Amino acid sequence: SMARLVRLTPQADRVKEAYFTRNRIAEENRQRENSAAVRIQSWIRGCRARAYLSHIHRKATIIQKTWRGFKAREHFRQRVKAAYFLMKMNFYNKMAVKIQQRWRGYYVRKYVHNYYARKRYLEALTQKNEQMRRELEELAEHQRQERQRVAMEREEQEKYVRAQRLHFLLSTKQCPGVFNSPFRPEPDEMELRLRRVKPVRTMSAPKESWPVNPQPSSYLHDKERLPPIHKTPQGPFRPAVEVQQQRYRPLEPSLRVATSITALEEAREELRRQEWRTRLIDHPFLPFSKTPDKKYEPLLHAASPYQQTEYGTKHFREEDRSQLEKKKPFRRVFTTCHVFDKFGRLYSSAGKSV
Amino acid sequence: MSQRQVLQVFEQYQKARTQFVQTVAELATRPQNVETLQNAGVMSLLRPLLLDTVPTIQQTAALALGRLANYNDDLAEAVVKADILPQLVYSLAEQNRFYKKAAAFVLRAVAKHSAELAQAVVDCGALDALVISLEEFDPGVKEAAAWALGYIARHNGQLAQAVVDSGAVPLLVLCIQEPEIAVKRIAASTLSDIAKHSPELAQTVVDTGAIAHLAQMTLNPDAKLKRQVFSALGQISKHSVDLAEMVVEAEIFPAVLASLKDPDEYVRKNVTTLMREITKHTPELSQMIVNAGGVAAVIDYLGDSRGNVRLPGIMMLGYVAAHSENLAMAVVVSKGVPQLAICLVEEPEDHIKAATAWAFGQIGRHTPEHARAVAAANVLPKLLNLYLDTQSSEDLQVKAKKALKSVLQKCTYLPALEPLLYEAPSNILKHVICQFSKVLPHDSKARRLFVTSGGLKKVQEIKAEPGSALQEYINAINNCYPEEIVRYYSPGYSEALLERVESYQPA
Repeated sequence: SMARLVRLTPQADRVKEAYFTRNRIAEENRQRENSAAVRIQSWIRGCRARAYLSHIHRKATIIQKTWRGFKAREHFRQRVKAAYFLMKMNFYNKMAVKIQQRWRGYYVRKYVHNYYARKRYLEALTQKNEQMRRELEELAEHQRQERQRVAMEREEQEKYVRAQRLHFLLSTKQCPGVFNSPFRPEPDEMELRLRRVKPVRTMSAPKESWPVNPQPSSYLHDKERLPPIHKTPQGPFRPAVEVQQQRYRPLEPSLRVATSITALEEAREELRRQEWRTRLIDHPFLPFSKTPDKKYEPLLHAASPYQQTEYGTKHFREEDRSQLEKKKPFRRVFTTCHVFDKFGRLYSSAGKSV
Repeated sequence: MSQRQVLQVFEQYQKARTQFVQTVAELATRPQNVETLQNAGVMSLLRPLLLDTVPTIQQTAALALGRLANYNDDLAEAVVKADILPQLVYSLAEQNRFYKKAAAFVLRAVAKHSAELAQAVVDCGALDALVISLEEFDPGVKEAAAWALGYIARHNGQLAQAVVDSGAVPLLVLCIQEPEIAVKRIAASTLSDIAKHSPELAQTVVDTGAIAHLAQMTLNPDAKLKRQVFSALGQISKHSVDLAEMVVEAEIFPAVLASLKDPDEYVRKNVTTLMREITKHTPELSQMIVNAGGVAAVIDYLGDSRGNVRLPGIMMLGYVAAHSENLAMAVVVSKGVPQLAICLVEEPEDHIKAATAWAFGQIGRHTPEHARAVAAANVLPKLLNLYLDTQSSEDLQVKAKKALKSVLQKCTYLPALEPLLYEAPSNILKHVICQFSKVLPHDSKARRLFVTSGGLKKVQEIKAEPGSALQEYINAINNCYPEEIVRYYSPGYSEALLERVESYQPA
């Protein structure tokens, strides 16, 4: 304040000088100091920039570092997963291969080429062959024996017939036969046959010539039969039995006599009864449709000519209906006719053997 | 002249005609008389007698004509040229059964000689008349008509087709069901003759249901009937798989195998032919027959029979073995190979030997086991001899060579291969050496045996072009042995040694 003003007024000149000196000095050093200041400033700025750059770099490095680490870990995780997956797949593949090996071995051995089945088949086949061979042998043997037996039987039959025909060559007490030579130790086979043979019957027994009676004939059995005079009658007499039969021949009524008078009516009754028994349907079958009668077309199979026709083998009925309409119904019962009453009975059969 | 005397003249003439025709008919049964009869002009004399008023003379004249035409084909041609056939065909429809039999006999006698004569018979319209006679009641007429149809159908496919077109087949099937054996025989033989030409004809026969009846008749004891039945079934089944399957479905196996022991030779032969025709189509059919024991039965049949009748049996075994390895093994297991070897040796005919060689080839070509079975029966040297023999026919040589090659390509049984080393020509030797070169590297005992039996020496003596397959095999064999052994056995080694001895200077 005022003190300071009093103190400072002597120094005003000095101040001016100092001021000018200072300015001059400053003016002289201004360039140098300016450039120095600029240098210092640029250095500082540089340092600042560098510091800032390095700071930024560091930060950028940190960011990049973190990012790269993140990415790399992610990648690694992927790789680990992939490696794990591959490892598992390899393992599974190996196991699958093992399964497939087992399965294929089993399948091939069972279905494609089954060694034991084949072996069994061949063994079974050998057995079957053996069996077949045995059976065929037996069959052949059986057939051979059959044929031999048939041949032997035929031979036997032939020899028997021959012996029957040569029965007169049998040896008697007086005269030894051809087959029984005294020089032989024992008689020939043919001789033995001749002894055993039965004579040939050329004429049939008379019993069959008479008509067979349907009723048991009480005549012959009730009749008191006298004992025959000679056992075998000498001479051309007929055997006693035959004569008895002729004498006491029972009645054989003719067809006319045997038929009852009411035979026709009885037959008609019988027919009516049969009809009553068997016929079930009273009304003929009527077709459902109302269309007029179409001509029936038979099946081609039925109309084929390559069948054996029934007419002529199975029946002899007239098949043409139109012809039949005109005719009267077939009569099955007639009155008797006398034509065949005496047939075969008029004369005795005594002279018939010639 | 009185009426009686006039009539007597006619009676004498009739007697003379009757006697003439009966004597001619009797003479015609003997072959030595036929020439004389022909020269005497019997044809022109018999012809008007066919139109005679008396039926007996007509019949006997027809019978005589038939016997003459039966004898040789000149007479049959003379019958055709003399225009007798249309008259016969006409009267076949009209007359009684004796005449029908005689007329059918003439037609058959004419048709049997050649296809042209049969065609001439067909051209006269005989087929319709014969088919109508097949519907007759009398079995003799049916037999004669069926026989005539059979002889017509026998020659070629067109004639058989003509017979079928006239509608004979269903009637023949009905004839088969008749009770008389003779009618059955002839009907079966006619069906066989029809079915043998082509698959369509066989199909026509099958469509009428013939197979069921034929199958039933296989159980009949009559031998001639069985011959025809088996022949018919064989002819049907030979054409295609379907027909063979239909025959098999009629369940004839295994009953038919019993007929393989029939005393009649031709029954056995026809059964074997039937089996051959069935087995040749597919492996399944062969399998069926093998499982029924058919192979064993056929092998026994081969053992019992001799000559040409063995051929179908051998071919059947070949067909069975050809289908698959299993079936070939079945043939081997049923002891087929020794039997076939016996056949190969015993039979003198070339075609049977060729069939046996072919059968061996089919058996041995599948695997080493089969080839071993074939080789162990000592068959390979025999096949080689057949191949090399100049007397054998072309066919036999070709078949023997093929069989040998196919068996050798699989054979690893060395003891059987060794004899072949010495005798075989180079194209066979190549295969033998090839087999040796395959087996020797792996089996030391075999190597030793090969050396001691002189095989190595023989191999060294073989000259082969360098670079050929034979040389490669020989090198392969030589590589199995040490150097010194090979050099020891090479030809000219003793000379080389002696030369060294000579040139050696003792120190």
